[in-house]
Amino acid sequence: MTQLVLYNVFNGLIIGAFYALMALGLSLILNLSGVINFAHGGFLAIGAYLAYTLMPYLGFWGALAVAPVLTAALGVLVERLLIRRVYGRDPLYSLLLTFGLAFILQDGARIIWGPETQPFAVPGWLSNSLSSEFFFLTGYRLFMVALATVTVIALFAVLRWSRLGMRIRAGVRDLETVSALGVNVGRLRSLNFALGIYLAGLAGVLAAGMLGLQPTIGNDLIMPSFVAIIIGGLGSLPGTLVGGLLIGVASGVTTVFFPSASEAVIYALMALVLLVRPRGLFGEEGRLQ
Amino acid sequence: MIVGRNWRLAANALIWLVLLTAPLWLNAVGGYTQLGTLVLVMALAATALNFLLGYTGVLSFGHAAYFGLGAYGAGLTIKYLVPDTLLGMLVGVAAAVVAAAIVGRLIVHLRGIYFAMVTIAFGQIFYFIAFRWNNVTGGDDGLSNWSRMPINLGIDKLDILDSPTTFYYFVLFFFALSLAVMAWTLRSPFGRTLVAIRENERRARFLGVPVDAHIWLSWMISCTFAGLAGALYALLNNFADPHVLHWEQSGEFVIMAVLGGMRSFWGPLVGAAIFVLLQEYVSSMTENWMSFIGLFFVVIVLFFPNGVLGIVSRA
Repeated sequence: MTQLVLYNVFNGLIIGAFYALMALGLSLILNLSGVINFAHGGFLAIGAYLAYTLMPYLGFWGALAVAPVLTAALGVLVERLLIRRVYGRDPLYSLLLTFGLAFILQDGARIIWGPETQPFAVPGWLSNSLSSEFFFLTGYRLFMVALATVTVIALFAVLRWSRLGMRIRAGVRDLETVSALGVNVGRLRSLNFALGIYLAGLAGVLAAGMLGLQPTIGNDLIMPSFVAIIIGGLGSLPGTLVGGLLIGVASGVTTVFFPSASEAVIYALMALVLLVRPRGLFGEEGRLQ
Repeated sequence: MIVGRNWRLAANALIWLVLLTAPLWLNAVGGYTQLGTLVLVMALAATALNFLLGYTGVLSFGHAAYFGLGAYGAGLTIKYLVPDTLLGMLVGVAAAVVAAAIVGRLIVHLRGIYFAMVTIAFGQIFYFIAFRWNNVTGGDDGLSNWSRMPINLGIDKLDILDSPTTFYYFVLFFFALSLAVMAWTLRSPFGRTLVAIRENERRARFLGVPVDAHIWLSWMISCTFAGLAGALYALLNNFADPHVLHWEQSGEFVIMAVLGGMRSFWGPLVGAAIFVLLQEYVSSMTENWMSFIGLFFVVIVLFFPNGVLGIVSRA
């Protein structure tokens, strides 16, 4: 029983790490540009499939390094050509636009790579179990957790100390002033978008190693990512991180006792947070309300 | 925006004439009666959404939940409790109303993009219940093995089961009733207040309007008719599956309203007609229909943000 609980908590933590990577990217874009990127799950799928295509040439590590960058490049292209046009308009339009893009990306992946589940091989030494008692502790799972942790630390470091990060944080506070101080806001938004999509692409490669490849791979991750943002509080990246991990673990624990509610529980958690603390755990009062 | 009164009367008369005679000519132009019924059902849902979106200025991206509750409420009642069409519809609408009242209470103070996000996320609860509660809802396979029942009018029986045409008029009756109620509500002082909130919420608040209460009531009206549309949808197909509760369905309702024109009362009907026909056509032509629908979304947002009727009324 202890083993079962531990197994599901650990599983929840991994899923939570995916939610967090997705949600942090969504949050970055939402905070600076006011756009909810429905297409985030589509970009995640594209990242995974690009890694799949690159793997025969670059190997697993090369694909892991390159695919998210290519995904981010695609993201910048989409941002420059399409999403840019709806900044400042009613949020309705950015929702509908990215909603359409989500359809196109998912269907595009299906057309290019086929609807069947494709296997995605990770290096052999990573897929062995490390302990006979705790069979679920495979190297790959620990690796995912470690990489997600490093990525999140790197992200917060970039936001805290780099010039780009400072500009992003300033832009979230007051974009007009940042613009008046001579920062190219259009470019700032593109780079910020790229950062968010990079995280989605990375999550895609990692998820593919665990779940296998499917065009719909991002679909199950996008809604919980919304929930992570809402629970954590709009405008707070640490909140988003905590929210993602929290719902991942909550879902994992629920799997032990009441498996069929493992998805619904995260929405119940969201309802509870909205009831008790409408701004979210770390959200600022009145933001985006 | 100002269209002459006579023009408006003529346009209304024309729309009702088209709707009333549709079963007579639909087959001749390559359609079929059930397709006309589907347009009515989707138009009712989109108009209900637009009550909130276009006339109150509140963006719900989760209306599929209430549509789906209407569908499952009707289907489950007819399948397990009483094989009575009207009772099924009543239960369906009641389920939608109860859920909307609870969710509405939690979200009514939120605005804009935050409101949209929370409505989407809440919709997923109902999706997962329908998806996971296999032995009652049929899970992913959907709720089947039931059908709408002929309605006993005392002197005569209304055979909505075997005659698609009779069922079309049955749906048209509820469609007309619902639209009349919504139009009448929008003309009342309450409806005018909703528009005032849409135009300038802060000013409305300063005038002493209890804004949250108004938005909650508008949300309730909107979800009620969405639930009714869902019940009719289940009756149309004699079937309900979890997809009707999914957020993709919510997005489709929004695009119907935007496509037709959010600022006009008939916009969602026009949008629903175009969307349903297009989906029917594209999905029969190619298996890549999702890309086409997605492209369609992009094109509407970038080039026709005011919708078809928005263009007409500006011209």
